[in-house]
Amino acid sequence: MFDIERWQEIFETLGKNKLQTFLTMVSVFSGVLILIILIGFSNGIQNGVKSQFEQDATNRIFIRTGVTTKEYKGLNSGRYIQMHNSDFEGINTKYEDQIEYKTGIYNIWGGQVTYKRENGNYRIEGAHPEQQFIENASMVAGRFINEDDVAESRKIAIIGNQIKQDLFKNEDAVGEMIQVFGINFKVVGVYSDPGGEREETRVFIPLPTAQQVFNGSDRIRSMAYTIKMSDNFDEAVGMSMALAKSFEDDIKTKYSIAPDDRSAVRVNNTLEEARKIYSLIDTIAAVFWFIGIGTIIAGVVGVGNIMLIVVKERTKEIGIRKALGALPSSIIGMILQEAIFITAIAGFSGLFLGVIALNIASPLIDSDFIKFPRVNFATSITIVMIIVIAGALAGYFPARRAANIRPIEALRDE
Amino acid sequence: MIEIQNLHKSYQMGSNSLHVLKGIDFSVKEGELVSIMGSSGSGKSTLLNILGMLDEADEGSYDLDGVLIKNLNEKIAAQYRNKFLGFIFQSFNLINYKNALDNVSMPLYYQGVKRSERTDKAMHYLEKVGLAQWAHHLPSELSGGQKQRVAIARALASDPKVLLADEPTGALDTKTSYEVMELIQGINDEGKTILVVTHEPDIAEMTKRIVNLKDGRIIDDTLVNQVKASTHV
Repeated sequence: MFDIERWQEIFETLGKNKLQTFLTMVSVFSGVLILIILIGFSNGIQNGVKSQFEQDATNRIFIRTGVTTKEYKGLNSGRYIQMHNSDFEGINTKYEDQIEYKTGIYNIWGGQVTYKRENGNYRIEGAHPEQQFIENASMVAGRFINEDDVAESRKIAIIGNQIKQDLFKNEDAVGEMIQVFGINFKVVGVYSDPGGEREETRVFIPLPTAQQVFNGSDRIRSMAYTIKMSDNFDEAVGMSMALAKSFEDDIKTKYSIAPDDRSAVRVNNTLEEARKIYSLIDTIAAVFWFIGIGTIIAGVVGVGNIMLIVVKERTKEIGIRKALGALPSSIIGMILQEAIFITAIAGFSGLFLGVIALNIASPLIDSDFIKFPRVNFATSITIVMIIVIAGALAGYFPARRAANIRPIEALRDE
Repeated sequence: MIEIQNLHKSYQMGSNSLHVLKGIDFSVKEGELVSIMGSSGSGKSTLLNILGMLDEADEGSYDLDGVLIKNLNEKIAAQYRNKFLGFIFQSFNLINYKNALDNVSMPLYYQGVKRSERTDKAMHYLEKVGLAQWAHHLPSELSGGQKQRVAIARALASDPKVLLADEPTGALDTKTSYEVMELIQGINDEGKTILVVTHEPDIAEMTKRIVNLKDGRIIDDTLVNQVKASTHV
């Protein structure tokens, strides 16, 4: 393999068949390039979707109510189902063992928020302290809602990073007073959310405060939970689906809602959504690999084909070599090494260029669904191995044919 | 050097079997220069192929320098060819993308000789055939006679026991043929055993012994007075 003579021979023969060599290399090269780019993009999609899910906890179950669409037990359709604190507490106690974080929510859609002369319309959300973990919010400054805030119905607010930038510019927000519909709230924290801008334009205040200030009494609009995760993803999805179903059934029973009424109670199970999307991504990745590998196979068959032609063209030469004492193994080695060499050079160039292309394209792609299209090291190694094995396969059959050339036939004068 | 007894060879031609060699008894001593003559179809090429281990006989024994050549697999045949035999072909059979020097070093490469030593040896044989200054030329840049001399240098490079020449002058004009024969005679004079297959009587006259083949049998085997090629040039 490291015989310098052998390499000289290979370069000589490749130099002799420049066009063939070049065309073959192009086919392998483009195969690998396509594979790399497809894998890069499938990783990019994966990253993009993952970051979409990161805006909230992946194991979140969200419950909200609406208007009934079916008559049930003598009750009319068109009733608005209103949940109360007691519903929230009921679920908390009943499923305590399975619940990780919980919050009741009472929200106002467009709340006018003012700081000095700046103002804007933002969503105001009354929530419990654990909302922070359910929303995947992290604190940029100050703190989130705590139990005392809830117990004392304090008029404090936690604002999103975007609001802070809108209203406070470069000033410090923590400790300042803002007005929501003219009512003073003290800013105690600024949060950021992986979901980005849209998720950072909310003001969180303690749930009881919201209920009092906005005439909510003991009503809540929605509830959000996260469930305790099992290590096994499928098991976790199963648990989460079962739990979501229980929540739904409990509320339906309590408010006499038809079991098949889909509008009155809506339960959104992020984990289930996640599973669907992840399995979709897996399918996309599999399809991309399939296409890529298919292209490589086409390239490799090309290499095999070219090597067969090369062997045929060199029949006489191989006959001469054998007459001069070349061992069959040295003939096989020569053809095999040539095939692997062509495939490897073309493959590595494809790999290299693909990685560079992805690195260049990566910052230019501005999409929520494709982020950091890259190919990781392990994948690259796998591809390198595929290339080398493919090269060996491409060379094997032509090499065997070459070794079987009988010098007496090869040297026969026409 | 070469000992052949009762050699038979047939080829299968469709449903017919073509009996090419019908019992050849033949021996060559060291230092002989033998020509094998016969019309086409007489079996002279088949005989040479068997001698050259490019083909195997159906029957009979072949003994080369005390080694019984039988049941060879590809690997051993290749080693024996490399060690015992040097080939000279009618159409030269040089590798056309290698220069003269590399062509001559080829058998040495397959013997596993190191590059520097190989180049020295190859150069030595090129000098011997008078082509030292053409060492770095490709075969396409050489005349027919020069190509054949490169081929002779290549055949000599591995220092074989026997040189086998298959119509070595078949593709050359008369003058060049005589020059090549002069070279072959010179090599023979140094003690090398050489077998030449030819159908040209004047070439056969330049060897020391003429074996005539007809229909797969030796019909005549006589020692002759060698005509020195130099007298023609």
